[in-house]
Amino acid sequence: MSADAIPQSRAIPDRVRRDRAIDVGGLILSAITIVFALAAFFPIYWAVITSFKSESEVIASGLSLWPKRLNIEAYQHIWNNTRIGYWYINSLVTSALITAIVIVSSAGCAYALSQLDFPGRRVIYVLILACFMVPMQALIVNHFVLMAQFKLLNTWPGIILPQLIVPVVIIVYKQFFDSVPKEYREAAQMDSAGPFKILFRIYLPMNWGITSALAIITFIGAWNAFLWPFLAATGEATMTVPVGITQVKDAYGIVYARLMASAVMAGLPVAVVYLLFQRRVTQAIMLSAGVKG
Amino acid sequence: MLRDRRKEYLAAAVLVGPFVVIYGALFVWPTIQMLIMSFTDAPLIGPGDWVGFKNYVRILTHKLFSAAFLNTAYFVLLTVIPNTLVSLAIAMAVNRLKGWKQGFVMACFFLPYILPVSVVFLTWNWIIDVQYGMIQYLVRPFNGGQGLSLTRTIPFFMPTVAVVTIWWTLGFNVLLFIAGLRNVSPEIYEAAALDNAGRWRQFSRITWPLIWPVTALVLTIQLIAQLKIFDQVYLFSIGGRQDATIVLVQYIYKAAFQQNKGGEAAAASVILFGMIIVLSVLQYQLLRARGEK
Repeated sequence: MSADAIPQSRAIPDRVRRDRAIDVGGLILSAITIVFALAAFFPIYWAVITSFKSESEVIASGLSLWPKRLNIEAYQHIWNNTRIGYWYINSLVTSALITAIVIVSSAGCAYALSQLDFPGRRVIYVLILACFMVPMQALIVNHFVLMAQFKLLNTWPGIILPQLIVPVVIIVYKQFFDSVPKEYREAAQMDSAGPFKILFRIYLPMNWGITSALAIITFIGAWNAFLWPFLAATGEATMTVPVGITQVKDAYGIVYARLMASAVMAGLPVAVVYLLFQRRVTQAIMLSAGVKG
Repeated sequence: MLRDRRKEYLAAAVLVGPFVVIYGALFVWPTIQMLIMSFTDAPLIGPGDWVGFKNYVRILTHKLFSAAFLNTAYFVLLTVIPNTLVSLAIAMAVNRLKGWKQGFVMACFFLPYILPVSVVFLTWNWIIDVQYGMIQYLVRPFNGGQGLSLTRTIPFFMPTVAVVTIWWTLGFNVLLFIAGLRNVSPEIYEAAALDNAGRWRQFSRITWPLIWPVTALVLTIQLIAQLKIFDQVYLFSIGGRQDATIVLVQYIYKAAFQQNKGGEAAAASVILFGMIIVLSVLQYQLLRARGEK
């Protein structure tokens, strides 16, 4: 599979003839890659197509790769017979608030760690690294107890609070603030600018790309979260979209067109965000994995 | 000077404040509570008596806990190395494409990773459905013309969930591998080509050793992530014999939320906590050792 790892544009003249000779192999490999990519995409295609079929067509034998007639009955059914409107609002509000709080608090904390000298700096940095290693799944029991004590189960704050622990955002911000040349800060200090002015006028604007990338993946992560919202929101009107769609049930057994319609409705927002901001999403994912792309 | 310093402390306090409040209340405090709770016989909500190490002894001799541990280990085995190898192969295939083809192929492989777990679950549950699922066209010839439920037949459960998980998450690994492959300087391949090194030799002598740090990163990230597995395994096991396919986080979930044994659930959380911290520290050391080279 390693074939043709050589970028052809940089191949040296001696090799030009050989490159042409192995081009057939390269074409076959490209074709195989594209077939595999289509195969990887197929389950998503199949879910979308199924959602537009009538139920009789769904259970008819044989594989029909295109619906006989585009049918939106399944979507209408989900919209009218489940609380999906509430789920959308719950998901949107909680994900947006999680994103805003995580970005603001992390940027501030990272700036202080990176640029200011204050007692307790090391303790805080160690705490962040420790938190980075801790599995949030191990804290579900005590998050639940805590939220129950404050009567926050089945509320927006109850869904939001435990999801505010995203230490990787602080770590990425700190790396970027560390790499801003000290001269910028010194020059601003000469003009007697305070730390807040320096953060909001210099450090954040210089790193807008990072802020938008981190915000997008924090939002996607919060929208997709399953385990915690599943525990914290048990009432039908308080669920988020990914939890709610696992509760769609029909009186007469499974109706796959409807289930697929609910899946499409849950996946569409994040798929659109990804397709719009593809580069930012991949950049943020690589940064948070510790790889500079 | 002194006033400046005081101003800096004040600014730092304001910037770090939200972080300290959030992480103190939602990370440090629940962690301490978890440790205390694990030594009591408390129910999920409410006080309990101190019982020393009784919960730990009970869990470590509990058959269901060993089942959860072994199932998790089995799941790790089925996902981590296959996912890494498949992702590396795909990354090399994608890396040699150019222009729109590369963008298209990458989007196909990456799109599943962006979707919520419940969308992934619904999509595949339809594909493998015992009556109408398309996978049954492949299954029936091997099962005497009968359909077979891949998630209700215990030996097929973990492999099925593993395949779905690999399909869902490989985009992330492909991304990291592509970043790693781009860091390998093309001159090395040109030199190898001058020496008439074949494709396999180029892979085994150049690509593999140079990409090894990324491979180690991908392997350890996967290992830690899959130990924390819950969502897919739980969703696919609803309505089945859940105890037969239970995993570690599911054991915590069952003890806490189905059996109301808070103390035991907390003790199981502490064990999971410990396992993952040990692995994370090892990962950190491994990656740091690499960084110092």
